[in-house]
Amino acid sequence: MDYHWNWGVLLQPVATGEPHTYLGWLATGFMNTVALTLCAWLLALAVGSLAGIARTLPNRFARAAGTAYVSLFRNVPLIVQFFVWYFVVPELLPATAGDWIKGLPPYTQFFVVSVLALGVYTGSRVCEQLRAGIEALPKGQRNAGLALGLTLGQTYRHVLLPVAYRTIIPPLTSEFLIISKNSAVASTIGLLELSGQARQLVDYTAQPYESFICVTLGYVVLNFLIIRLMGFVRNRTHVPGLLGQ
Amino acid sequence: MDHRLKAGSRTAAIRGGVALFALAAAMATAWAAETPLTGTLKKVKDDGVLVVGFRDASIPFSYYDVNQHPIGYSIDLANLVIDRIRQDTGRADLNVRWIPITSQNRISLLQNGTIDFECTTTTNNESRAKQVDFTNNFFEIGTRLMVKKGSPIRDFTDLKGQTVVVGAGTTSDKIIRSLNADKQMDMNIISAKDHSESFLTLSTGRAKAMMMDDALLAGERAKTKDPAEWVITGTPQSFEAYGCMVRKGDAQLKALMDETIAKLETSGKMSTIYHKWFMSPIPPKGLNLDFPMSDTMKKLFAHPNDKPAA
Repeated sequence: MDYHWNWGVLLQPVATGEPHTYLGWLATGFMNTVALTLCAWLLALAVGSLAGIARTLPNRFARAAGTAYVSLFRNVPLIVQFFVWYFVVPELLPATAGDWIKGLPPYTQFFVVSVLALGVYTGSRVCEQLRAGIEALPKGQRNAGLALGLTLGQTYRHVLLPVAYRTIIPPLTSEFLIISKNSAVASTIGLLELSGQARQLVDYTAQPYESFICVTLGYVVLNFLIIRLMGFVRNRTHVPGLLGQ
Repeated sequence: MDHRLKAGSRTAAIRGGVALFALAAAMATAWAAETPLTGTLKKVKDDGVLVVGFRDASIPFSYYDVNQHPIGYSIDLANLVIDRIRQDTGRADLNVRWIPITSQNRISLLQNGTIDFECTTTTNNESRAKQVDFTNNFFEIGTRLMVKKGSPIRDFTDLKGQTVVVGAGTTSDKIIRSLNADKQMDMNIISAKDHSESFLTLSTGRAKAMMMDDALLAGERAKTKDPAEWVITGTPQSFEAYGCMVRKGDAQLKALMDETIAKLETSGKMSTIYHKWFMSPIPPKGLNLDFPMSDTMKKLFAHPNDKPAA
């Protein structure tokens, strides 16, 4: 193939006259990806935990609400959810609220919408994993907790959840890795995260291979860090004798 | 005896025929040897397949009609080029495959061989010319603004502190960012994925103005419910020429297309095609873009060239 390689382009100042190099663009994109991944992951853990617990409660309405949430958000394509949050939701709100949202600085809008879309979507998957973690416990544990005089909340807090969360650390690690890569969908609404910056780099320099190789390395580094982080969490929370370890 | 004689003369006749055929074949080979086909044209002759890129939402250059077939000003040109390729390679059975492309992937798809050429809305500029070859230019645009009727924004100086939407990776994107950095205009710039999304950003009120090639602005306006609601305004920030892209070094295809385009432009055929797409009602809604030919375009048609934009 007839391709003109030029790695030096990364160190050139950008063509727009702003005081950056193209490598600087990639660095900004990387930071945006990291920030988006972390914020969305925290939201996903919070929402997913609430819904996951709700789906295992004795209360029928709580279970139905959890099921409805999972069915809705796990079954609609992520990119559609981004567009709905970004384009449709502000139009459904009362005009004053919608206009206020649309008047915010664009980058605030992109970031907030991306965290919401990504967090709520991934939350539905975390929910199912936590439910599986809780349901994998022997039924006797819940009954024993209640028989000891603990309230339902205390049973969850001190008996069920500590073991359930430890059980699902491996699938949660996968989920964390997936959310870091799903964050690339945010570029479709305009957030210049890592893949968005790569696209921009291609547009400006016409050097697609250099750009995408850099971006690939960026995601590899991020994913390596996540694997190490989750490995650290697993070791810190390890309880000898539990889960056959 | 008689019988054998007859048989012998028949054999001779057959031999003669074969010899004639061989001679003809040799002549044909000799003629072909004079101009051995290379690049895309050779591939087309060997395989009978040509792959052409198109844009699915660049009214009126290249977009889908109601049956999801690509149509438009640039597509008319591409079809004339395809006719010429069919003639020159002698493949009347040429199988033409149309592949949708975007601003972001058009260069890569051309380089890796997914498409053989594209005539859409690609500005012929120097950074792209390092990766691909451009044919003779076939359109000239100016980059301008579109705003809602009654908006206080009349020109680029009014954009201070406003939110502006541009197509990601377009020349407007570069120009508006440079303008923002140079003049410290404190604009918020949104880079949208494609023209439709740019217009959606403008029409939902997220952006106060949209910057794009004037002909494309007229195209977006023609798609709306109420075209009179939108105004094209502002001094053009740049003039640019669209060219077709072919793979770098695909000299025979480029020569064929250069010649085809130059002939169309000087013969007045291209002006007829212009009239069809810019001055008459066009699909899907039968709207008239009403976009008269500029002087720069008349100049281009008088003197076809493949010069990149300044």
